[in-house]
Amino acid sequence: MEQEIVLKKEGQGVAFLRPFIAKITPSFNKTKVLSSLKQTGITIVSILLFLALWQLGSKALYNKEANYKIEKALTERGEEAAAAERACIESGDSSCQPNTLPSPLQVWGSLQSLIADHKVITADKAAFVEKMAETNAKLIAQGKDAIVYTGRASFIDIVLTSIKTVFAGFLLALLIAVPIGIIIGLSPSLRSAFNWFIQVFKPVSPVVWYLLVFMIVKTLYIGDSSDNAFVISFISVGLCAMWATLVNTAMGVSSVDKDYINVAKVLKLGTFQKVFKVILPSSLPLIFTGLRITLSVAWMVLIAIELLAQSQGLGLFVWEEFQNGANDSNAKIIVAMFVIGIIGFLLDRIMLSVQNIVSFNKNEMA
Amino acid sequence: MNTLIEQNKTYTENGIVYPSKVMLDLSELKKVYPTPKGDYVVLEDLNLQILKEEFVTIIGHSGCGKTTMLSMIAGLNPISGGNISVLGKPVTGPGPDRGVIFQAPSLMPWMTAFQNVLLGVDQVFPHATKNQRHDIAKYYLQKVGLEKDFHKKASELSQGMQQRVGIARAFAIKPKVLLLDEPFGMLDSLTRGELQDILIEIWNKEKITAVMITHDVDEAIFLADRVVMMTSGPRAKIGDILAIDFDRPRTRKSVLDHEDYYTYRKHLIDFLEH
Repeated sequence: MEQEIVLKKEGQGVAFLRPFIAKITPSFNKTKVLSSLKQTGITIVSILLFLALWQLGSKALYNKEANYKIEKALTERGEEAAAAERACIESGDSSCQPNTLPSPLQVWGSLQSLIADHKVITADKAAFVEKMAETNAKLIAQGKDAIVYTGRASFIDIVLTSIKTVFAGFLLALLIAVPIGIIIGLSPSLRSAFNWFIQVFKPVSPVVWYLLVFMIVKTLYIGDSSDNAFVISFISVGLCAMWATLVNTAMGVSSVDKDYINVAKVLKLGTFQKVFKVILPSSLPLIFTGLRITLSVAWMVLIAIELLAQSQGLGLFVWEEFQNGANDSNAKIIVAMFVIGIIGFLLDRIMLSVQNIVSFNKNEMA
Repeated sequence: MNTLIEQNKTYTENGIVYPSKVMLDLSELKKVYPTPKGDYVVLEDLNLQILKEEFVTIIGHSGCGKTTMLSMIAGLNPISGGNISVLGKPVTGPGPDRGVIFQAPSLMPWMTAFQNVLLGVDQVFPHATKNQRHDIAKYYLQKVGLEKDFHKKASELSQGMQQRVGIARAFAIKPKVLLLDEPFGMLDSLTRGELQDILIEIWNKEKITAVMITHDVDEAIFLADRVVMMTSGPRAKIGDILAIDFDRPRTRKSVLDHEDYYTYRKHLIDFLEH
């Protein structure tokens, strides 16, 4: 009994800490565990529902196209041809399959074939490197370029290229937008000088950015035969995506709490100290919100830009599969779609956790 | 000024006793805010002299310009007319010779309590060794009862604890004048009492000339040597000054039990109600 009273008192004393304790030790909270279990359950059910709807939809589309094919054979070539067409479709022969939205199972099959394909290509590459090792050593000794593997890229290589491009673009955006954002955030006159620039260039579409970068990089690389698709695409991605960071940084820096600025004034902090000890830490949450938007925009525009720049990434993969029109092309496009979506989601989660680490006011972030 | 003569304070420096000495001098102070409908005069003809080692509280109705006056002394708000001088030197801008405790604790939430205090100490004592500066910061944090919370982030501290850090930060830079803008206004009455005790305890040791705005009549009497009453704005000025003749160090009980306490209290409330 006595202990109970003591516990109660302690509970009152640290009442303001309760939300923090609950955050640190979620696993000890029974209701929290139940609610997170419930949430997982709901997610699983909704995924299953989505797959079922997808299956039904693709089945309906498949039937519609199959019927049309048979009908067409009937009116154009007579009953025999129609029967043959029906038999061909039912046998699953790839030459006469309806070309429409693939079913979840087809997509799963494509994913596995892409992975198998990756294994084959990786083995090829290893074999190639082994075969060329001696020749390449000689070439290098003679001061010439080594012969590199130029075969088909596997799906995994393509995904990695895309991720590499998006990170290079993101880094470029960060290096341009954060310093400029800080400078224009600190000076109201520079802010008005830059304002028209930001307002005009922010809404420009990724395609136009690509063309602009292409014009410039093409000239810079004149006479150089090396492949500049990667350079063009990451610069375009960076320029497209940097605006959110630029605007957020400038806003964060220019709207630091007046109290902090007054403290800095009373203490007569120098400009350097004021910027690095007061203004920057206080605007970090907004800067990171900007960076998070930048990363997701970068990933979104990447697909379009890779397609234009002919860079060996997911954008080009999707486009080539569409042009290809092979039997499993549609399924591969859907695989790419899911991969794009899942990577985008993961990138956003990573940024969110970084943002949560750097932001000092956890309650405001939620 | 009459009150000066009445008080007849003395000032000791290097063992020599000097006559009353003015630390902070506001003369003919004026503050005007231009508005589309013409100038809005917040303060006019405001004269006030505050002595060395004096604790002055300022009360007045909300919006009468108390905070404006204090931020002008701090140098955070430009002066429209008249003069403010500290030890004869006119105030031209903010500086660490006038420490401020703001109404909101205004700590950098991304820093620990210790780092917040050290930020000022490092700035004011650049020639001290690192250890000396750390010792100063630690000393004042101990004085406000935060020895266990040095390395807690400011955002993890309660409002009252944050304001304790604010007090430590202001005293640690050893200002000539301490300006307090309703520092306990946002706290519950229990915490407020605790912080008043802490403030007066440190102040008894350091005797830094202090000007404090408050809305709380009891707080004004408990802490002050003189309570300055400001008239309601616009064109606010000093309405009346009440000398509080209690011995120091004071305890809350001795103040409450003092026979003059209710006379002082009535004086202040009469002023505020008329």
